[in-house]
Amino acid sequence: MGILKTFALGGVHPEENKLSSQAAIEVLPIPKQVVVPLGQNLGAPSKPVVKKGDKVKTGQRIAEAGGFISANIHSPVSGTVLKIDSSIDSTGYKRPCIFISVEGDDWDESIDRTDKIETNILLTPDEIVSRIKSSGIVGLGGATFPTSVKLMPPPGKKAEYLVINGVECEPYLTSDHRIMLEKGREIMVGIQILMKALHVEKAIIGIENNKKDAINHLTELSRSLPGIQVVSLKVQYPQGGEKQLIKAVLNREVPSGKLPIEVGCVVQNVGTAFAVYEAVQKNKPLFERVVTVTGKGVKKPSNFLVRIGTSVQELIEAAGGISETTAKVISGGPMMGKALTSLEAPVVKGTSGILLMDDGESHRKVENPCIRCSKCTYACPMGLEPFLLIKTAKLGNYEMAEKEMIMDCIECGSCQFTCPSGIPLLDYLRLGKIKVGQSIRNRNLKKA
Amino acid sequence: MMNKFTISGSPHIQGDASTKKIMYGVVIAMMPALLVGVYYFGIGAVRVLLLAVVASLFFEWLIQKYLIKGPVTITDGSALVTGILLAMNVPSNLPGWMVVVGALIAIGMAKMSFGGLGKNIFNPALVARVFLLVSFPVQMTSWPKPTPISNGLADVITGPTPLGIVKEGLGNGQTMSQLAPELPSYTQDMIGSIGGSLGEVSAIALILGGLYMLWKKIITWHIPVSILLTVVIFSGIMWGFNPEQYADPVFQLLTGGLMLGAIFMATDMVTSPMTKGGQLIFGIGVGLLTILIRFWGAYPEGVSFAILIMNAVVPLINKGFKPRRFGARPGVTVKA
Amino acid sequence: MDNIIIIAVSALGGLGLIAAIILYYIASKFKVFEDPKIDEVAEALPSANCGGCGSPGCRAFAEATVKSAKENKSIEGLNCPVGGNEVMQAVGKILGLEVEAKDPMIAVVRCNGSFAHSPAKVKYEGATSCTFAHALYGGEGGCQFGCLGLADCVASCEFDALHMNPETGLPEVNDKCTACNACVLACPRGIIELRKRCPKDKRIFVSCVNMDKGAPAKKNCEVACIGCSLCVKACAFDAITITSFLAYIDFQKCTLCRKCVEVCPTNAIHEINFKPRKPKVETDASEKSVSLKPAEDKGLSNKMALPELVETKEEIKETKE
Repeated sequence: MGILKTFALGGVHPEENKLSSQAAIEVLPIPKQVVVPLGQNLGAPSKPVVKKGDKVKTGQRIAEAGGFISANIHSPVSGTVLKIDSSIDSTGYKRPCIFISVEGDDWDESIDRTDKIETNILLTPDEIVSRIKSSGIVGLGGATFPTSVKLMPPPGKKAEYLVINGVECEPYLTSDHRIMLEKGREIMVGIQILMKALHVEKAIIGIENNKKDAINHLTELSRSLPGIQVVSLKVQYPQGGEKQLIKAVLNREVPSGKLPIEVGCVVQNVGTAFAVYEAVQKNKPLFERVVTVTGKGVKKPSNFLVRIGTSVQELIEAAGGISETTAKVISGGPMMGKALTSLEAPVVKGTSGILLMDDGESHRKVENPCIRCSKCTYACPMGLEPFLLIKTAKLGNYEMAEKEMIMDCIECGSCQFTCPSGIPLLDYLRLGKIKVGQSIRNRNLKKA
Repeated sequence: MMNKFTISGSPHIQGDASTKKIMYGVVIAMMPALLVGVYYFGIGAVRVLLLAVVASLFFEWLIQKYLIKGPVTITDGSALVTGILLAMNVPSNLPGWMVVVGALIAIGMAKMSFGGLGKNIFNPALVARVFLLVSFPVQMTSWPKPTPISNGLADVITGPTPLGIVKEGLGNGQTMSQLAPELPSYTQDMIGSIGGSLGEVSAIALILGGLYMLWKKIITWHIPVSILLTVVIFSGIMWGFNPEQYADPVFQLLTGGLMLGAIFMATDMVTSPMTKGGQLIFGIGVGLLTILIRFWGAYPEGVSFAILIMNAVVPLINKGFKPRRFGARPGVTVKA
Repeated sequence: MDNIIIIAVSALGGLGLIAAIILYYIASKFKVFEDPKIDEVAEALPSANCGGCGSPGCRAFAEATVKSAKENKSIEGLNCPVGGNEVMQAVGKILGLEVEAKDPMIAVVRCNGSFAHSPAKVKYEGATSCTFAHALYGGEGGCQFGCLGLADCVASCEFDALHMNPETGLPEVNDKCTACNACVLACPRGIIELRKRCPKDKRIFVSCVNMDKGAPAKKNCEVACIGCSLCVKACAFDAITITSFLAYIDFQKCTLCRKCVEVCPTNAIHEINFKPRKPKVETDASEKSVSLKPAEDKGLSNKMALPELVETKEEIKETKE
């Protein structure tokens, strides 16, 4: 097999802790009420098209895209719209949400609910893109960028490769792993659909070597499919980052500030590929997803198929409940996830996992002075100097921060993970990015 | 009542590296060289070592507690490392009060006056060594002859270091072949049966420590290897021109404080460059300066000066040598 | 001998003379003309270089004023908030212009969500930066509009006028404030506002920026403005407006009558530097507090009031504009 591929610069290898990798996906019972946030995707929030008292069916559109980079939202349940009001979501802020009380589970008639795998792709590329758009599909790896936008390369650019992200480099999370194992055939059809929409001949599925069963399964399935190749990758965080994944599988580097299309690539998550299959072949919009519920204190680490809008509380209860010692609840993985302020926060399209941390492991290390060991520089996958950037941020020298390419930071947290002095590097990097981002926006406004 | 949830930015896990672990790792790596020192220089070595360590810790505590009035962090191991390095850099028969003065200079002047751990520009132990060398040149260059501890605790006889013999001999008009009988063999250089400061004599013990630090990822290979390679190449060229006037590269490598400097002093995280490219440049600079001083300078040994001079240019190196940014080499040009 | 002295003196003197001529020529040839008024104006400025005027430093401000005076015959829009009226009048005198008197201002922290009023529901760990915490979550007490207590404003203050109170976790402005606007810009939540310094430094303001509806606002913080509009009804001068369940007192219209303070059910409206009320008024207020809030609250929100003898209402009227 030789040396496994990985990306060139930096990276760390945290303990993998894939506790739920053997837990098959379970369907979580539909809750009594769902709270569907209107801002679930990157870009503009969606605009509601239902009002209080309306009856909705499962899969019916309840909010429409609020801009070019935005997505439709479909009702995850059937029932009555209670109200459109603000409620706390995973950002820690109150945002507008649609509250729906559940009555039965009455699906929209147009959705094909059979288990039969449809392999014939009848739609034309344009129809595929518009179907994906109307189905409200966004990147399910966590960034929630609307998928249809990615499928329309800007004029003058052409995709050469479709890169499918099955890396799941975050510790603990296993939702993509389980999807690859259980929905492999559907994913393959999804990939073919995406290839057709993008007019590309080649697709590469990148999977880290700690998921051997998934690699074997997908390699087996891809044998009969020309153009689809499975690449096994060395375990290294943050390989799931778009730019790192492209570097690992194709040895191409996306230039600073540019998108993957610049080097002829479009990256999609395996979960997204599955959602694309369902939308195009089964006419089923995106209203449920697989969420891992895990943590060292969790009784039954599981992978659940969850309707969007289900509260985190309900998910945790299904996995054996929350323990007295839980001190931190994270939406997402331990490296890039967001700490939740409340268990009322609903599952959204971008929720890949819920991680519970005990009091002991949930606290930051005590901060000591920087000893200039440059471990952060070695760990940075973007070749930046975090120690320098946080100094510029602390001193308010944002011009220098910009010159030192702070906006290239992908916020993977490798620097902070590796810092022996326990310095909250990423906190200050984010501060710097916020400030530099503001000044760039102001500058652009002045120019315009 | 549940716990209050903790809110913090990602990442929510951190590796198990810590400043303490790094510092104590360095201490472990210094053990072989120290043991050799104690073996050859006996009770004097133990005395200097204890004095240097206790004085360093004491001064750090004193300054942190009464001058800065901040938190006392003497347990983090950094003062311990400075103390041991200071002891390794002085002759084992140095008067005790000079060791204490050295510790005061190292901790008080070179470290705490800059703001403490992580903020000093120069390697504290080296500043102290150079301070002592220029203040007390006689005591700092009277090296005890190595006498294995098994020979009992006889009074130590002093003698010159191999580099001192060469410097003086060449200065008196002798040639290398005339000096050869006076010099120790390479084997002696390797195991440390030569005159010198208490921690610098055994090349093997120092390399062992260096390998340990490489294995524990405390240091990277860039600085030591670039220093040693530069020394070998530069002195090799000069030796090739005139083997009678210039000592051979292996001799340069094994004698004096080069190994100690390359492995333990130049690799000090605080005072070395932050990028690997910068570290290579730093190492080349140290190597060149060392040989320049050894061949043409007034002192027989130049590692300390070389490292201190290069310490001073580290900020410049950091400015000039940036890590390779991701995206700088796209690897493909896409046709529009 | 004499000769030598004469030669030396004349040679040296001649050299000096030649050098002087050359220097004089160069100085006059390469002289950069600068309006001497710039120096005069700069002299009159406080030299704090705080940037509160919008110019990068006092010298730049002086240049801007002189330029504006020359081109527009006025220095409108240019104001040194630190020096205040006095300095601006002096600048006007130098430039021979009439400068309209501006009201002195002071920074006001419009949040009273102390540890006691808005108990922490979660615990924050991380960088001491409000800007970062603001991007991360709503706030320990649950109020997503209120003070995060990480002192970005204190760090931005060049005049030692802002300090955190460790008991409340809120910043407090002292008399050194020059209204330079730095803290206003530093606060990611727009809590700090520059308000008019009224006579005797009296101030009345809504100490809350929460735009939630009444019930959720009150749930997170017992001294939140719930947008009940009682103050609007109480105000005889149209000084109070309510937008998104939040009252705002226009300091240009406010006459410091304190009617709104009396009616506010959550004690969100603060009066500062007023003398304690007459006993009769006091009873009124405490009656109200029995029904709607714990009595001790009154003391907390008024802790900045001067503990002086009870004064009559005439005194208050006198200070009205």
